[in-house]
Amino acid sequence: MKRSVLASLTLIAGLGAGTALAEPQAEVLHWWTSGGEARAVQTLMDEFQSNGGKWVDMPVAGGGGDAAMQALRARVLSGNAPTAVQLKGPSIQEWYEEGVLADLSGVGKVEKWDLLLPAAIAGHMKCGGKYCAAPVNVHRVNWIWANTAVLARAGVSIPTSWDEFNTAAVKLKALGITPLAHGGQAWQDATVFESVVLGIGGPAFYRKALVDLDPAALNSATMVKVFDQMRTLRGFVDSNFSGREWNLATAMVINGEAAFQIMGDWAKGEFTAAGKTPGKDYQCNPTPGAGFLYNVDSFAMFKVSGADREAGQKLLAKLIVGENFQKTFNLAKGSIPARLGTPLGEFDYCARRSAYDMDVAASSGTLLPSYAHGMALRGQQAGAITDLVTQHFNSDMSSAQAAKSLADAVANSR
Amino acid sequence: MSGWLTRNIPKIVVAPSLAAVLFFVYGFIVWTGYVSLTRSRIMPRYDFDGFGQYVKLFRTPRWDVAMENLFVFGLLFIAVSIALGLLLAVLLDQRIRAEGAIRTIYLYPMALSFIVTGTAWKWILNPGLGIESVVRSWGWESFSFDWLVDPEMAIYTVVIAGVWQASGFVMALFLAGLRSVDQEVIKAAMVDGINLPRIYVSIVIPSLSPVFLSAVIVLAHLAIKSFDLVIALTGGGPGYATDLPATYMYAMAFSRGDLGQAAASATVMMMTVAAIIVPYLYSELRPRHD
Repeated sequence: MKRSVLASLTLIAGLGAGTALAEPQAEVLHWWTSGGEARAVQTLMDEFQSNGGKWVDMPVAGGGGDAAMQALRARVLSGNAPTAVQLKGPSIQEWYEEGVLADLSGVGKVEKWDLLLPAAIAGHMKCGGKYCAAPVNVHRVNWIWANTAVLARAGVSIPTSWDEFNTAAVKLKALGITPLAHGGQAWQDATVFESVVLGIGGPAFYRKALVDLDPAALNSATMVKVFDQMRTLRGFVDSNFSGREWNLATAMVINGEAAFQIMGDWAKGEFTAAGKTPGKDYQCNPTPGAGFLYNVDSFAMFKVSGADREAGQKLLAKLIVGENFQKTFNLAKGSIPARLGTPLGEFDYCARRSAYDMDVAASSGTLLPSYAHGMALRGQQAGAITDLVTQHFNSDMSSAQAAKSLADAVANSR
Repeated sequence: MSGWLTRNIPKIVVAPSLAAVLFFVYGFIVWTGYVSLTRSRIMPRYDFDGFGQYVKLFRTPRWDVAMENLFVFGLLFIAVSIALGLLLAVLLDQRIRAEGAIRTIYLYPMALSFIVTGTAWKWILNPGLGIESVVRSWGWESFSFDWLVDPEMAIYTVVIAGVWQASGFVMALFLAGLRSVDQEVIKAAMVDGINLPRIYVSIVIPSLSPVFLSAVIVLAHLAIKSFDLVIALTGGGPGYATDLPATYMYAMAFSRGDLGQAAASATVMMMTVAAIIVPYLYSELRPRHD
């Protein structure tokens, strides 16, 4: 019933649009409205327009994309979906299941996306085996940022295991330096948690626990160790961390109040804005342990009708994965290109390191989706895990109890 | 014709708003109730699925915390606001000087939105910026007031901010009530040699029961919809220690793309409120035979 109403509405819309000129046209729904992000999206708009397209901008800011999702729901329900929407990870599949995404396999084939994108990332862009979305960037989530001067003063080096981190943190704390700058918001707790899971359990355990949601892995001795480490980390944050924004935590590292922060590579923007140089004033390193947790932004293409819109959609998809856009966009946003083999000459040290690690991880099978940033799991499951993680971090729940409750919460969320 | 029009014009004028209320309020309550019986995720789906969403909801620890918080916050917020408001009103009722100015001062917080109240109190209660840090800088180094970041106590900070905002308004309600009490009765009691506190407790306050009804209804709906206060003050944290059913529902519907859960929690919220308010309204509004 709903589908048929939808279909007839799009048909009517199509009849109206069919008479217009077939100038490529794309209406793009996104929530990149601030600073570097707005500049980044401007590069796409410029490139689209210089290729003869007509760009209809639809920025909806607020709530980390929540407001944009509301707008999207309304548009889809009224049978008038935007051409392209900023979506990522499993939520692309969720919209595909509603039957509203377009098929981009034509563009993907001509442009050889299968060869240009890492297989793990290409997997997210496919709906039922066909491309339905185009990736714009890769953020690495499991970075640990450090203030070089503070580390030198305390005589500690970059930790390569969580035990080393704990030893370093005790030293820092004795000097009156906050070892870990952290903001007590659920998603930041989750960001630290997934890095700890990866570091203590290893990539295979991470996949089992946070991607496949294997109950035996969730309620396991390894998970108890992970929660032990989370409890230890709780002792390394300052007493005033509750509710702090992530960029204020980054500022604590920048001005030397704190030594480390665990945060994705968007934190680099704060260091850059403060005029700091990577490798000199601050250090970017993977969190202890092997593996690469990615957070990939992408544009999902919705079913549209009319030659002009279809042409616009195809042109947009082609440009997004194109070398020029991947370079300019990611230089502006601070992430790295999703397209393999993009020249990285203009990128900074941290980005080049990230790209190198991604290549290594892709070939060794340790390129893993970030659960905390909605790449690994659907909203309900990821949310259930985050609730438990933040509950444990902010209470005196025992690690064994946390591991058991984690398995229960995940089972209940299905 | 004109006679028919005269007779029916009130009905014609009221009809559109009645239709709008029926559709947009009651219609969507029914719709939400139905969606809570489906497996809707990011988009509403209309295949009936039974009570699965409710089973899931009642097994979610975060929902228990939210409901518990609603009762703690609701009861304390209503009780403390009424007690404080009544006390202020009685004190102001003593024909003091500059009453108008004082009344305005107490009433002004009501003019603020909860977002402003929440943000201001977030800074006041923040251990690193607010009261704790100020008292420590005065030399009392061991002073501690960190309720805002303590998961056990954080919900009481929401009560503090809520009471600060609403008690002045309650005071105004009671003051109006007190002024309408028949002065003859009070004078008669005074002539009989009854002291002033006794007069208030036994005569004046019992005659204010309609004001209590208004105050409870206004405060109860403020408590139930105080979503913005929590968002601004604690963001639901630490962890989810200060979640309320409304913030839970918002998270499910808009952040997690789980419309079925959101609808189920909204329905439970409405039932809970109805279970408390309806008997109260019934007992207060029934015709009295005395």
